[in-house]
This record gives sequence, structure tokens and C-alpha cells, in this order.
Amino acid sequence: MRVLAALSGGVDSAVAAARAVDAGHDVTAVHLALSRNPQSHRTGARGCCTIEDSNDAFRAADMLGAPFYVWDLSSEFQEKVIEDFISEYAAGRTPNPCLRCNESIKFEAVLERAMALGFDAVVTGHYAQIFQGENGPELHRAIDPLKDQSYVLGVLTAEQIAHSMFPLGDSTKVEVRAEADRRGILVAAKPDSHDICFIPDGDTAGWLSRQIESVPGEVVDAETGNKVGTHAGAHAFTVGQRRGLALGNPTGDGERRYVVDVDVKNNVVMVGPPVLLDIDLIETIKPRWSGPIPASGTRIHVQIRAHGDALPATLHIGDDDQVTIQLDDYLRGLAAGQAAVMYDGTRVIGSATVSRSRRSASV
Amino acid sequence: MTKLLSEPGNPSSLHASGRKARRAVEESRERVARAVGCGSAEVVFTAGGTEANNIAVKGIAWDQRNKDPRRVRVVAGSTEHHAVLDPVRWLGDSEGFEVTWIKSDAEGKITPEALRDALGDNPNDVGLVSVILGNNEVGTINDIAALTAVTREFGIRFHTDAVQAPAWLDLNFSELGVCAMSISGHKVGGPHGIGALIISRDCHVTPLIHGGGQERDVRSGTLDAPAIVGFATALEITSARRSETVSRVAALRDDLVTRVMQIAPDAIYTGSKVDRLVNNAHFIFPGCLGDSLLMLLDAQGVECSVGSACNAGVPQPSHVLLAMGADDDAARSTLRFSLGSTTTQSDVDKLIEVLPSAIERAKRAGVPKLTTAPVRA
Repeated sequence: MRVLAALSGGVDSAVAAARAVDAGHDVTAVHLALSRNPQSHRTGARGCCTIEDSNDAFRAADMLGAPFYVWDLSSEFQEKVIEDFISEYAAGRTPNPCLRCNESIKFEAVLERAMALGFDAVVTGHYAQIFQGENGPELHRAIDPLKDQSYVLGVLTAEQIAHSMFPLGDSTKVEVRAEADRRGILVAAKPDSHDICFIPDGDTAGWLSRQIESVPGEVVDAETGNKVGTHAGAHAFTVGQRRGLALGNPTGDGERRYVVDVDVKNNVVMVGPPVLLDIDLIETIKPRWSGPIPASGTRIHVQIRAHGDALPATLHIGDDDQVTIQLDDYLRGLAAGQAAVMYDGTRVIGSATVSRSRRSASV
Repeated sequence: MTKLLSEPGNPSSLHASGRKARRAVEESRERVARAVGCGSAEVVFTAGGTEANNIAVKGIAWDQRNKDPRRVRVVAGSTEHHAVLDPVRWLGDSEGFEVTWIKSDAEGKITPEALRDALGDNPNDVGLVSVILGNNEVGTINDIAALTAVTREFGIRFHTDAVQAPAWLDLNFSELGVCAMSISGHKVGGPHGIGALIISRDCHVTPLIHGGGQERDVRSGTLDAPAIVGFATALEITSARRSETVSRVAALRDDLVTRVMQIAPDAIYTGSKVDRLVNNAHFIFPGCLGDSLLMLLDAQGVECSVGSACNAGVPQPSHVLLAMGADDDAARSTLRFSLGSTTTQSDVDKLIEVLPSAIERAKRAGVPKLTTAPVRA
């Protein structure tokens, strides 16, 4: 097959591309320039798309004998990932930009362009597995639970999965690093990237406060409706957060207060005891299915964070295709905007964006 | 050149090896001077065209302002190579100069009228005018002698970036009327990393690089004798074979252009049809991202460029095309086929064979929208 390998300049994508070459594919490499103002050097594990990364990607491609190009997707990334991230936070939601990047950039803009240019598939260094099932290709968890990235790939449609290759899904990170070393890939010891690539210093709250106008408002007790303090800007708060509330004289009972709701429209942060964070009913929007749409009532596991646990639940699909997830047990703290990725065992069924969560009457 | 590579002599040293290297350098200087029509004392060797342009643009602007504090303005063509464009911008951004860009016509040409417009009502505040001789992207040749006739009226220093020219044009420094001219080794088939700034005797530059005082104090640093010999030899051979090469390459280029236009009737052959470097064939392919075409043709063994090679990496709309009046999408839908002295008819045939499918696929991939404002001169 003619495959397009997306090389970040890191270890994983280089080994993934090398495995695609070994498997006999005709590999062409691209480095995605996502930042408009790339820095020249990486400083530690954060940030991305530096000139150094681009050079590392070039060296890896050259070793593999693959033609190498840089694709400038900085405009798309700015619009669909960074601006979406800001507007979601401004609306009081907590988005996952890596999911959005996979959805709009890597497996949409890049894949579409690759297909138009005559490639059959895109190969990346994501840790996930694709198996051929009865109903077409299936996306599964990687064997290394510490590296499994099926969660951030939960937005991929069946069509996108059919044109994707994840050669690292059957390996552990330790094995991949050893293989990179064995192959003489120079970046074998390069640190893993963490956090949000476009916030190089890792200070998400500080970065957001420079993007979104902060308007001071009230902190209100969710149970009594009384004003218990003030905040500098509602967007800086996430459901489940305790630190940074600065409630001078909290409560009579001395119990700790958590953010239980963020009402951006009225600029109010609602706080309450942790029991108010316990929810078991998740309402969602924007479902994306990785294969056939499951029947309502299907028993599933749902994951709501990149490295969170898979929670047993029942899936309900309404007449209007509204997806609701009923958890077996209470979950503490779930913010609107987070992605709920649904699994059948190791297989990804699909994903949806949390719009609202609450306690059902049934548990 | 290869002989000298094994000989360690520093041309500035006084011992026997040094003298030998010095002799090779000075003989090369004379050969370069003969090839471009200047005196040998006017040849300052540099590490390439970019360095020559930087020395000329910054060094002359500084020198002129030092001598006459009224001369605070630098005037340059809007279609310059980045090696002139960026030093001029830097003088404006960081050194307190005023910058005026000369408007290009639709063919990428800088006319004497446009130069007069740029000089405006107060030409006496201009320290330097810099205009490219043969454009590196679209191949348009500027009539430098006609432009220097304008600046001569006002006693303004004139530099031209002639890096693209000596392979295809019989350059004569003294006839151009400029006081400085940049040339480069690799554009005449010589080594990379060697070039020269030709500076007339009466033109002073404030040096960028200080040190041992080599090259008239203009460009300190140990001379790269083997590269200098390689450069001079390549320039000499190029000059000797020029008329034969030019007629052969012109015929190939014209054949290429005719056949490309037959394959892609909607393509636009940019630049001047007359005053043009004979090796240049530059097109806009509407609806095709230049990058996509490059990748598809590369996969078929055809090597070409989008805009200028120095822009490669992250592609931006070409400032040259924008200066010529193209819109943002058109300025990203370009492809340049450069021919060389070794290009053959079968190379052209190969391109014509693979181009139709590349255009079809590139059109399918489309031109993604641009949300950042492109950088213009």
C-alpha cells in the first residue's frame, strides 16, 4: 500500500513508520507544522512542532529512505483545536484538545488530503490496535495499558479507521524505545510529550486567563444559594476542583467545598460538599461511532479521561439519537465538554461529548 | 580545487604553503573579475550570495548614513529574494531606517518609473537602492542599467542581487552602473558556500564581520581557497559555454512551456515572456496547491520547486507572486521548473508524461484555506 506516515519527530511515530516500511509498504513521510510560531528548540517534554522536531522527523524519514515533506496545518490547528479549546472553556466546558486534533486534523484534514493525493492509509505512532472484525475494521485498546491511546482515537469513524494504521498497538513503550535504539533512530531517548502541546509551560489556567477575559463573580453554595465568596473569572474553574477557591470561612460543619457547577452565563461558580459531585447519569451530544451503531440498552464500559478507569454502564440511545449513559456506580466529578469513550471489552464502540451529568433517581 | 583540498595553506600566511594558496586565490580573483566585467580588486569573496547581499545592503546603508545623516531611507524591489528582503526589513525594524518598496508590474518587473515613484519627492534621503537582476522565482530580468540611470541623477548607491544571472547572461559589472553586485558559486555549477560581492572601488561598506581584515577589510575571515578556485573555474566554464547552453536550454524551456499549456490550458505562465532567464518556467496551476504537485511529481522522479527553495519547509504564499498582483490562493498554487545545463529532452518528456495525473490528483486535494495573513514586501 502507499501509506503516509505522520512523523512528529518523536520516537513512536518514527518506529511506527519503520514498521510500515518493514511490512513492505511504500512509505512517504510528512511532518505536520501545527504551530504558527515554532520555537527553535524543545524545552523538556512539553511543546511540539519546534524546528528541532522537524529536523528529527527529517532524519528519521531519511533513515527509512522515505521522501519527507512538511505540511503546514497551522491555520486548521489554530481554528479547529486552539480556538475550539478557548471557546469551550469560555463556555464553561472542559474539552480534550488531543481528541479534537485527531478528529479534525490528523484523521480528517491530513487523511483527506492523503487520500486525494493517492495514498491508501495514514500511519501514526498512536498506541491502539486495529483488527478486522465481522463488520469491518475494529479499533481496540493497545496491549500496554500505560500507553493505550484508544481514548483519544475514540472520535474516529469506521471510514477513518479503515484508512489508518497503528503499528505500535501490540508493543509496550519499553519495547518501542528498545527497537528505536536498535534501529539507530536518533531520538530513541527523547522524552515522551505530555500535556497540551500548544501550552508549552503547562500552565493551562494561566494561558487561558490570557485568552479569555476574566470577569469577577460570585461563588455560591449550591445547597443554600448563599453567596460564600468571589472568584476572578468563572472559566478558570472545573467541576470537581477544590484548590483555588479561596473561601475564607467555608462552612459551619468544616466540610471541604468543591466546585460542583460552573454557570458561565451568569458568571457563578457553584460549590458544595463532595457528595454533590457524585453523578451516575451522563447526557451527551455529538456521538461518533467507530463501527455499527449499538442497540439501546447495550452494556458497555465508559472512560471519561485519557487515563481514567473504564466504568461499567448501560448505553441508551433515544429516538433523536441522543446518547445517554447510565453508570452502574456513582462517579465523582464530571465536567461538561469531556469526552465519554465507550468500549465493548477492548473494542472502541464510539464516543460522545458530555453535555450534562446528574444523579438519576434510579440508583 | 580537489588538489588544493589536500593542501593546508592559509592564503593569509606568509610561509610557502600560504603563498601558494594566496596565489591560487588571487588568480581566481582575476578569473572571476574577467567573467563578470570588473576589476580584480573589486571582487570580495564571501560565503555565498546571502552573505554578499547582507554585506551590501547593511554595509552600504550604514556607511551612507554615517557619512550623511539625512540618508535614512532604503529602497528595494518588492520581488527581492529573501536574502535582500529580510536584511532590508531588519534595517527598518531594528536599525531605524525607513524602508520603501518599489512596486512590481504584473510581470514581476521593476521599471524606472516605479523606481522614481518609490524615490518620491525627496530622493536625497535615500542611502541605498537594491533591485534583483534576474528574479529567482519567476525569472523576470530587470533592466539594471536603466534603473541606475535614475539613481545616478541623485548620487544614490545601487546594489543588485545577480545570483541567478551569470549562468544565463553575459554580465558586465561596469556597464550595469551599480556599485555592488552579489554572485554565488552554486548557481554556476560551482561549490556551495562560496560567492562574491563585487564592490566598485569608490563604494565603501561598513563591515558586518570584523577580524583579520581580509578582503579589503570588508569581510574578515580565513579564505576558503579550494572553494574559491572551484567557483572561479565554474564561472569561467559557464561563460565559455554560455551561448551554446543558452540556445539549447531556451529551446527545451519553450518546448516545456508549450506542452504544459497544452496539458493544462487553465495554467498561467507567469512573468515576462521576453525578458526572462532562459532556464525558468514558472506557472500558476489554479486549484492545485504547489506543495501537492511537488510531492506528486517528486514521487515520479521529477524534481521541481514551489516558489524559491529557501522557502521550502513551511510553505507560504510567494511574496513575489503577491507583489505581481496574484491573490493568496494563486500565490500558493505555483510551481517552478528550473532547467540546467544538463537538462535533456527526455527530462522534459518525462515531466509532460507525469504532469496530467499530478494535476488531477492535486486538484482533488484542493487548496486549503489560508487564515493567516500572508507576509508581503
